[in-house]
Amino acid sequence: MGGMLLSITPYGIRKIILEQSKRANVGHIGSALSVADVMAALYCGVIKAFRTKEPERDRFILSKGHAALALYAALYLRGFISRLELDSFCADGSALGVHPESSLGCVDFSTGSLGQGLSMAAGAALAARLQNSPRRVFALLSDGECNEGSVWEAAMFAAHHKLSNLTAIVDLNGQQAFGYTEEVLSMTPMAERWRAVKWDVIEADGHDVAALAAALAAPPADRPRVIVARTIFGRGVEFMEGKIKWHYWPMSDEEYALAISCIEKLK
Amino acid sequence: MRKAFIDTLVELAERDPRVLLLSGDIGYLALEPFIERFPARYLNCGVAEQNMLGVATGLAEAGFVPFVYSIATFSALRPYEFLRNGPVLHRLPVRVVGVGGGFEYGHNGITHYAIEDVAVMRAQPGLTVISPADYLQARSALLATWDISGPVYYRLGKDAKTLIPGLDGRFDRGRVQITATGDDFLILAMGAISREAVAAAEELRAKGLACTVAVIAEVNPAPAEDLAVLLGRFKAVMTVEAHYLNGGLGSLVAEVIAERGLHCRLLRRGIKDMPAGFSGSEEYMNRSCGLDRGSLAEAALKLAGRGE
Repeated sequence: MGGMLLSITPYGIRKIILEQSKRANVGHIGSALSVADVMAALYCGVIKAFRTKEPERDRFILSKGHAALALYAALYLRGFISRLELDSFCADGSALGVHPESSLGCVDFSTGSLGQGLSMAAGAALAARLQNSPRRVFALLSDGECNEGSVWEAAMFAAHHKLSNLTAIVDLNGQQAFGYTEEVLSMTPMAERWRAVKWDVIEADGHDVAALAAALAAPPADRPRVIVARTIFGRGVEFMEGKIKWHYWPMSDEEYALAISCIEKLK
Repeated sequence: MRKAFIDTLVELAERDPRVLLLSGDIGYLALEPFIERFPARYLNCGVAEQNMLGVATGLAEAGFVPFVYSIATFSALRPYEFLRNGPVLHRLPVRVVGVGGGFEYGHNGITHYAIEDVAVMRAQPGLTVISPADYLQARSALLATWDISGPVYYRLGKDAKTLIPGLDGRFDRGRVQITATGDDFLILAMGAISREAVAAAEELRAKGLACTVAVIAEVNPAPAEDLAVLLGRFKAVMTVEAHYLNGGLGSLVAEVIAERGLHCRLLRRGIKDMPAGFSGSEEYMNRSCGLDRGSLAEAALKLAGRGE
């Protein structure tokens, strides 16, 4: 597999998210911070990942593509992308844009349009079964993304075909671009919705890396699993937590300094 | 066309285990030869075309060659963004099969008419767009393209009997197929409606207007060199397609004429207005849009300066 495994910590991921979004002066900070712990759990050894597209690697699909910075941070800490590449985030001509692209050897699928990742993941899981491969497929969705009907098309398909090698994580932070999910288009009760379409459901604290790693490690034998991960949007930076503004806004110099001091407490 | 296509697909699947067939709960009395021969390589994905395209993307990334099958409106238009962000963006060998280009679903009405599919499909770089004119050409086109590296859209008709005179099932990548030669006038046609274009050319010949007729089956990438040579030889051309005028074959030919600075007057025959609020047989619908042989011949005579 290669790469450094030691230093993938939620703190390390959050620090890169803040540094790079400040340097590039872009938003989606809260969405990326929300999944920093999920990304740490995934890339600390759960996903059999490679720097290049090895056929037998596990597949990971960041269906909520707007959190790409959290993925880039994990890939950098894993040693799959260089500091130079990371520092090109959102630069003109860079392969590292706001949404991830599979032109990067360590990114399996390009995403950015919500509601498409779980279908691709289901196809990848079906392919593994047809090829008698033990490889697994992971997809990370946002709760707002579950507004998309196509998510449920994919969910029904994966359950019908008993794709037990597929694990989804729903980042249940309760927010979407323009408001709180409860006010925009309620998905409550999220876990019940997945149970209704015959998935194995685990509800977990989305900021508890050990609990997430445990839920990711042992999939059931007869159905796909979803981890409904209760998270806090902007987690780790108090002034961003639960604030709609931080879906889009970049940070001022003062906000950046404050944000960095906030995450130091999580170290 | 679809029968020849599926029969050929069975042959290909015998040779290559990567070939899979996915259906959006469509294909009764069409897909059975494949299903019976390869039950484990066929998947009815249910009435969920977006997911079907996404699943095909995941399968193709892992090395399969999935054929995704439905009525053209449902396989091409409903999951269009999944196609764009999946097989096209990832340059994967997904094959989207759309049955019923134009008015082939006659009495089913506008929801079943694929009359803008070619326009939206040919907008995508790297997406090969194939619209055969008859079943023998459908077979040749499949044999020539089934294992290319990028995605393909096949726009198929249902007619398993009619053959375009002079076509003899020919299909060559990047080429147009000339089915008749004449020095007075040029007719370019796409898809099953080519039969009306060819019949119109016969009528015109009888009236003293000798036409060259060519079938354009590979619409994207456009056979621009062949088209430029042909268009350069004529003062006037008529394009014939069971498709909206915007974005289809006529638009493609207009692009070639304009970009090459050719002096060839263009008449595009296709569907002008939304065919809503009424339906009928394919023949009726074609006639109502002036796509029958008689109307086509009349229009050609007028353009060639021989009409009334």
